[in-house]
Amino acid sequence: MSMEIFPEQWARFTPRQRILRYTFFLLSAVILYWSVTSIDVIWEWVWDSPRQMGDLFSRMVPPDTRNLSSILMVLWETVNIATLATAIAVLISLPVAYMAAQNTTPNKATLWIGRFILVSSRSINTIIWALLFVAIFGPGIIAGIVAIMFRSIGFVGKLLGEAIEEIDHKPVEALEATGASRFKVIMYAIVPQVMPTFWAVSILRWDINLRESTVLGLVGAGGIGVMLQGAIDTFNWQEVATILLAIIVLVIVGEVISAWLRRKIL
Amino acid sequence: MLKITDLVKRYDTGQPVLKNLNLEIKGESVVSIIGSSGAGKSTLLRCINRLVEPSSGQIQLNGTDLTSLNRSQLRKARHKIGMVFQSFNLIDRLTVMENVQSGRLGSLPTWRAIARKYPKEDIRRAYELMDRVGIAHYADKRADELSGGERQRVGVVRALMQEPEILLADEPTASLDPKTSEQIMGLLRDLSREFALPVLINIHNVTEAKEYTDRIVGMRYGRIIFDALPSDLDKDAMDSIYSGTPAADRGADVQQSTVSGDVGAVAT
Repeated sequence: MSMEIFPEQWARFTPRQRILRYTFFLLSAVILYWSVTSIDVIWEWVWDSPRQMGDLFSRMVPPDTRNLSSILMVLWETVNIATLATAIAVLISLPVAYMAAQNTTPNKATLWIGRFILVSSRSINTIIWALLFVAIFGPGIIAGIVAIMFRSIGFVGKLLGEAIEEIDHKPVEALEATGASRFKVIMYAIVPQVMPTFWAVSILRWDINLRESTVLGLVGAGGIGVMLQGAIDTFNWQEVATILLAIIVLVIVGEVISAWLRRKIL
Repeated sequence: MLKITDLVKRYDTGQPVLKNLNLEIKGESVVSIIGSSGAGKSTLLRCINRLVEPSSGQIQLNGTDLTSLNRSQLRKARHKIGMVFQSFNLIDRLTVMENVQSGRLGSLPTWRAIARKYPKEDIRRAYELMDRVGIAHYADKRADELSGGERQRVGVVRALMQEPEILLADEPTASLDPKTSEQIMGLLRDLSREFALPVLINIHNVTEAKEYTDRIVGMRYGRIIFDALPSDLDKDAMDSIYSGTPAADRGADVQQSTVSGDVGAVAT
């Protein structure tokens, strides 16, 4: 038919779009160049790093296990920080999740209070919470527990709140129709539906907290990090190696336990 | 006795879903409400226990005006009104026994509810009722392990645990296969006789309505246009209940054409 009305050339973009795209690429390159040059890298150190790595590694081998028993003691303390903090945080996050979920919150004010607690807890890193609580409680395990707890409330509360918002409303309606009080409706129609999420989130957070509690000591908030910091400060690289290995084992064991719990409970 | 006077339900915008509705149910009769989707059957049922808040009018149940109750009085009144749902509305992850006992939540002390420490007489009653409808052997099973018909029986027992003065059933058989559906309808009729219980059933299946109920109420777009014995439901009556379009009916009521189709959406 009328082939001649079709153009012979075809382009994905119009000339205007093409210019815009090239401008965008150029701009990205400029920004990249600008950020690399402005961060003040000492390039000799970067090029030197493989040799330094080898050097550090040779100082770490063989790991020094003379302090192993006290390392394991402190590691146990680390596990306790994570577990205690998770348990307390999960309990506190229950009412917070209830307030932050749109379908259960009593009123607008509680909704915003709930959301404010979640956001402030989540937006501040555990290490920063730890710095804060070391200043308040002094260095040690209490500061660590409270720091991890504060960070966990937001995490657990947020996910639990979302689970509450996603429940099936029908059983709720049925129990309201029986004349049950608000609290009993929550206990019978909402709690059972949220239970699987509750366990999954708690286990996941315990897993995360186990890893976070190993670095708390760097700011003096108890746990294995204190020992690690001490070993690094005294250039005791062989003990640093032992501690790092111990942490790796702990994290793997934690991973195995939480996987097992998940399978057991869910 | 249930007496509904001048009941109006109007959602935020536009047309009323129920228009000055009057209905009286005496004694222990089984009454079915038929009508096309969007006629307001569900809304009517839910206005009675105020799951849907009526806009105006009166609903009296054995002398109590349900529309004027405050929150805590309403909870007490709801305890006397059993309800059965189209999708059963059970709590899937709880056992059949817990689901059944949840019908008593209105009068059960909170600590007993949480600890699952149900009173002896409630447990006895639960087993009796479960045995009556044939699910006693499922007491310890989780609700989501049961079949549709069995789940609806749990729903019925939960409602009966309330020792209700009236039973509302919102399309109780619409999610069930034909045979199970007939069994449930038969069960509702028999229970009504045994417990001297008035039963109000929303239903789409007119054949079942005729067979299992004592009286048929036909609704069309917010009004009752038929109310008689099942034997009186002839072809003309059927046509007037099920023919016509919502738009035509609205046009006849109010000269306003901004809303279309939303009545059905909110009412079902």
